[in-house]
Amino acid sequence: MKYNTDVVVIGGGAAGMAAAYSARENGANVILLERDEDTGGVLNQCIHNGFGLQYFKKDLTGPEFKEFAKERLKDIDILFGTYVLEIRKDKTIIFVDKRGIHEIQTKALVMATGARERHLNSLPVPGKRITGIFTAGLAQRFINLENLKPGSKAVILGSGDIGLIMARRLTLEGIKVEAVLEIMPYPGGLERNVQQCLKDFGIPLYLSHTVIAVEGDRRLQKVIAAEVDYKWDPIPGTEKEFEVDTLITSVGLIPQIKPADFLEADPGFIVSNTNQTSEDWIFAAGNCTVIFDLVDYVAKEGEKAGKYAALYAKGEYTQSKKVKVRKGENIGILHPVYIDPTQESTLYIRVSKVFDRASIKVEPLGVEVIENDARPPEMVVIKLKPFDENIDEIEVIADELISKLG
Amino acid sequence: MSSSQNLVKELTCVRCPLGCKVRIEYTEELEVIDVAGNKCPRGREYAIQEISDPHRILVTSVKVKNGKYPLASIKTTEAIPLRLFDEAMRIIEKLEIEAPVKMGDIIIENFLDTGANLIVTRSIERL
Ligand code: SF4
Repeated sequence: MKYNTDVVVIGGGAAGMAAAYSARENGANVILLERDEDTGGVLNQCIHNGFGLQYFKKDLTGPEFKEFAKERLKDIDILFGTYVLEIRKDKTIIFVDKRGIHEIQTKALVMATGARERHLNSLPVPGKRITGIFTAGLAQRFINLENLKPGSKAVILGSGDIGLIMARRLTLEGIKVEAVLEIMPYPGGLERNVQQCLKDFGIPLYLSHTVIAVEGDRRLQKVIAAEVDYKWDPIPGTEKEFEVDTLITSVGLIPQIKPADFLEADPGFIVSNTNQTSEDWIFAAGNCTVIFDLVDYVAKEGEKAGKYAALYAKGEYTQSKKVKVRKGENIGILHPVYIDPTQESTLYIRVSKVFDRASIKVEPLGVEVIENDARPPEMVVIKLKPFDENIDEIEVIADELISKLG
Repeated sequence: MSSSQNLVKELTCVRCPLGCKVRIEYTEELEVIDVAGNKCPRGREYAIQEISDPHRILVTSVKVKNGKYPLASIKTTEAIPLRLFDEAMRIIEKLEIEAPVKMGDIIIENFLDTGANLIVTRSIERL
C-alpha cells in the first residue's frame, strides 16, 4: 500500500507518542509506526511509580504514563506490528507488516526509536556463556509482563536506575538479591532509587566493584566479584564469591539509530535544540539521541520534535544558523550539540565528576546555575532564551563552588 | 541547636524525583529537633514518617485470566507501611483477576486496613 502524510513518527514509546501528539496539535497529518501491538515501549514493563511528575503533574507508574499519553492519540493513525526497512533521502519510508511491504511519502520524519541494552557479552568477563545471565530489561520483561521467574538468587551488576529498580522487584518476588555491584565509586542511578530499592530492603551495594568471572555448567552457579582500582583493574585479594543462579546486568543503554544510521550520530543522533538532525527533514527525540534519566524529559523532547517536524512539513520552519554547543571542563554529556539561536533551547547536562556544589556556566551568554550534590547520574537542565545570532559557539563549564564561609 | 544525645538521619526524600537530601535531627523519643535540606514541606513530613514508620507505594503485578497479557501491573493508591510489604505480596500472589480490566479499577479496597486501595495500572483487554 502507498501512504501520503506530513509527518511520520517511528517508535511509539514516550518520545514517539509525544511527538505524534504535538505534530497533530500543530496541524500536521501524522502516521505513527510501532513495531509492537501496543504503544508505550519500555513504559509497559516499568511498573514502578515516579513517572510523569513534571510532564503530567501526577505521580504515575510507567503503564499509567503510557495510558495518559495514548489517550491524546485518538485521531492519529497508529500502524502496529510494523517494522521499518528503509528511510530514503527522497522522503519515502519503506516498512513491512503482516500484509506485506508498504511505502509512505512524507514531508518530515521523527525518529523516536529509543535505546537497547548493552549486553554482558560486550564486556570482557571470562567464563562460558551459560544460562542465568540476563539484562535487567529482559528480566524486567519476564517478571512484569510474562509471569516468568528468572531464578532464585541473584547478583546485579550495575547500579543504574534499571539495576536498582530490579533489585527491589526481584526481592519482592522472593528472589534473593545478594549484592548490587557498581564499578564507579558512586551509585549510577538516582539517589531516591538507592534509598527505596536498596536501603529499604537491606540489599548491599558494593561500589568500585565488578564481576571478574562467572562459573557454572549450563546454568550459572557462581559469580566472582572484586574491588577495582581507579583504572578499573581488579585489586588482587579483594575477590568475593556469590553462589547465585542469576546475574542481572544493567551496564548501560545504547541509542538505537537504525535504520537511519546515515545521519550524523555519536553514539545517538546528533540534533539541534529544535531536534533537527543532519538531514533537515528528519528530527529525533528521546533515548535515540542521548540517554535521559527521566521519561518526563523524553516526552518533552518528543513534543518539541513533533512541533518542529510539523512546522517544517508546512514550510514554516527551516533552520537559520547552527551554533555549536561545546563541552567545557568537567562536562561529561551535553545535549543538544547545536542550537538554532532564533529558538528557545533546553540543555541537558551530565557533569563528569561528583561535586558538593557545582557552578554550571553557559558562556558567553552569562547564564549560571548552582547545583548542590551534582553527580554524573543526575542530569542538570538549563533553559536558554533565543540569543544573538552573531555568537558562533557557546560553551558549558562546571566548577566546584567554594563557599566563602567555609 | 544540636546536642550530642540527638540522633541524625540523612535521608533521600522519595516523594518526587528531585530526591532532596533531607537531614533530620531528633531525640530517642522521636521528638523532632530540626529538618533541613527539603525543597518543599512534603520533605519534612517524609523525614518525620521515615524515622518512625517508613511508608512506600507498593507496585507489583497480578495474574489475569483471559487477558491479552498474562499480568496486569498494580499499585497501592497511597504509600503503605514498608513493614506490611511481605504480607501484601503474599496476598497478591494468590489473586487472579478476570479481563477486561481498566487502569484505575480497584482490586482491593482499604488494602490491609491501610486506607489505600489496590488498583490496576494497565488496562488489559479480554482475549
Ligand atoms: S522535599 Fe519536596 S521537592 Fe524535595 S524530593 Fe521531597 S517532595 Fe520532592
